[in-house]
Amino acid sequence: MLVSGFNPIEGYAALWNGIFGDWYTIGETIRQITPYILAGLAVAFAFRTGLFNIGVEGQLIVGWFAAAYVGITFDDLPKIIHLPLAILAAAAAGALWGFIPGLLKARFKVHEVIVTIMMNYIALHTVNALVKTVSGGGDSTDKIHPSASLRSEFLESMTDYSRLHLGILIALAMVFVMWLILEKTTRGFELKAVGFNQNASQYAGMNVNKNIILAMVISGAFAGLGGAMEALGTFEYVSVKGSFTGIGFDGIAVALLGANTPLGVIFGATLFGSLKYGALNMPNEAGIPVEIVSIVIAIIIFFVASGYIFRLFLERFSKKKEAK
Amino acid sequence: MSFLDVLYFIVPAAIFYAAPLILTAIGGVFSERSGVVNIGLEGLMVMGAFIGIIFNLFFVDVFGSTTPWVALIAAMVVSAIFSLIHAVASVTFRADQVVSGVAINLLAVALSLFLVKMIYNKGQTEFVQERFIRTDIPFLEKIPFIGPMFFQDVYWTSVLAIGIAILAWVILYYTPFGLRLRSVGEHPMAADTMGINVNRMRYIAVMISGGLAGIGGAIYSQSISLDFSHSTINGQGFMALAAMIFGKWHPLGAMGAALFFGFAQALSIVGGSIPYIENIPSVFLLILPYVLTILALAGFIGKANAPKASGVPYIKGNR
Repeated sequence: MLVSGFNPIEGYAALWNGIFGDWYTIGETIRQITPYILAGLAVAFAFRTGLFNIGVEGQLIVGWFAAAYVGITFDDLPKIIHLPLAILAAAAAGALWGFIPGLLKARFKVHEVIVTIMMNYIALHTVNALVKTVSGGGDSTDKIHPSASLRSEFLESMTDYSRLHLGILIALAMVFVMWLILEKTTRGFELKAVGFNQNASQYAGMNVNKNIILAMVISGAFAGLGGAMEALGTFEYVSVKGSFTGIGFDGIAVALLGANTPLGVIFGATLFGSLKYGALNMPNEAGIPVEIVSIVIAIIIFFVASGYIFRLFLERFSKKKEAK
Repeated sequence: MSFLDVLYFIVPAAIFYAAPLILTAIGGVFSERSGVVNIGLEGLMVMGAFIGIIFNLFFVDVFGSTTPWVALIAAMVVSAIFSLIHAVASVTFRADQVVSGVAINLLAVALSLFLVKMIYNKGQTEFVQERFIRTDIPFLEKIPFIGPMFFQDVYWTSVLAIGIAILAWVILYYTPFGLRLRSVGEHPMAADTMGINVNRMRYIAVMISGGLAGIGGAIYSQSISLDFSHSTINGQGFMALAAMIFGKWHPLGAMGAALFFGFAQALSIVGGSIPYIENIPSVFLLILPYVLTILALAGFIGKANAPKASGVPYIKGNR
């Protein structure tokens, strides 16, 4: 930061105020973290099962739309039915978007990276067209009915009327779900086994194809839920997008920072979400462009990735000791 | 509008849109053939686009109408240097290559936007004055049928892209250097035994991919977008990655796939003015390239095999 001629202390102070400055910013920070957790979970889950899901972005967008659509269309439903219905719709939409690459990978051995990239674009354009249809030519839909909203007056009043919503609880619950699936069920063991070695799993009597599809479906469902957070909590509508939201791609970084474990994802998402949101404060208070934070994040990722070199130094160090 | 007119209309457009993709995908081929996965193509393209525009804006008075070409070289050099980060992390430090590539993407977008904001105090640059322009290629344009389709009103950049693709094919398959590069990606231990410096080959390959992606980005920014902002390069690098896999890690295959993407993109942009398909809702034309790609992959191409050692850091002495 010194290099670019800004006052670093002022900058970091602004960043700090942007994250923890008052109750409002804390609420907004947690709000920002919520979708990152789910996007991170989606990528991490796929990674753990040996798949690279770049399609979280697209799965998130269709989930966003599905949740908003259910939220707008159904009238007069009690909240206890309406809200879960909207959330489930988002998860189902995301799962469907994950199912297609999974099926193609299992049936035709098509590389999942390429299909998920294509599915991102299909999601973007299809949702934009659907938004226009639903809203009668407009650029965004109506607001969802309150009965489908994740907003909670308690959380809002506690955080000085930020947009903090109940979604964070869902995200944390999903972290638990992922841990439960991967570590405590037979199915989770099979999914991981297929990720490690397909041939060995096949030989051990596991249905490799089914597990690949299932892994993509679960991963897609996580991503779809991330979309639901935006649809039912933060924005309460869905609008035409000129380009991708970026949450899905950031999810890759979140998962990597968290070493693809459920708890790690919370950590990664917290770091990522708070830095991202806090950075918005930096241009106002210290006159520093927001992007400085992304640069810092990228450098952090490099260091995490290059962890090997540090291990190497440590090993050499300890070997020398032994030799003496 | 007759069928022939439609062809005259759409083929140059397809090649025009494909040029940046071709170059970047070829870059990807070099990198992956040597055993280094390069998700960072997107970031390298961003860097190229950024440098291309900045250079063009600053030096337009010096170089006049040749500015875009000089900017192309500048973009190539800077992106190649930038890709060194990926090379150092993934070859020397043995970092996870996907992680390092993602970091490259983040870093390139952040760094370029940061600099744009420092220089211009806003999120995008001015529009460039000098850009790549269409010309007719002498003699060849006179050929009936083929002439108007391929050689009239073309961008020299398209010619460059196709030329580099063929050159890459020759280098990879008909020179000792190419053989070494491929052997490093297939079986680094065997290559090492034969006295090839694995790490050096990988460094070179990653830098080639950086340079080519830089050219690709600079062509895109100087012929299509004409300025630089956060959305200038928005997924083209990933499209190039897809083209590379679609083309089965072969330069000409990657070129074909990139041309196909370009064709589909051109169709979606100019489709509204072509008879028969003008009544189709635009969303179908927009998603057409991607649906076609998926169908083509599922139907015809089948299993695509990456180079064997792709993504695996080479550690001397390990079996």
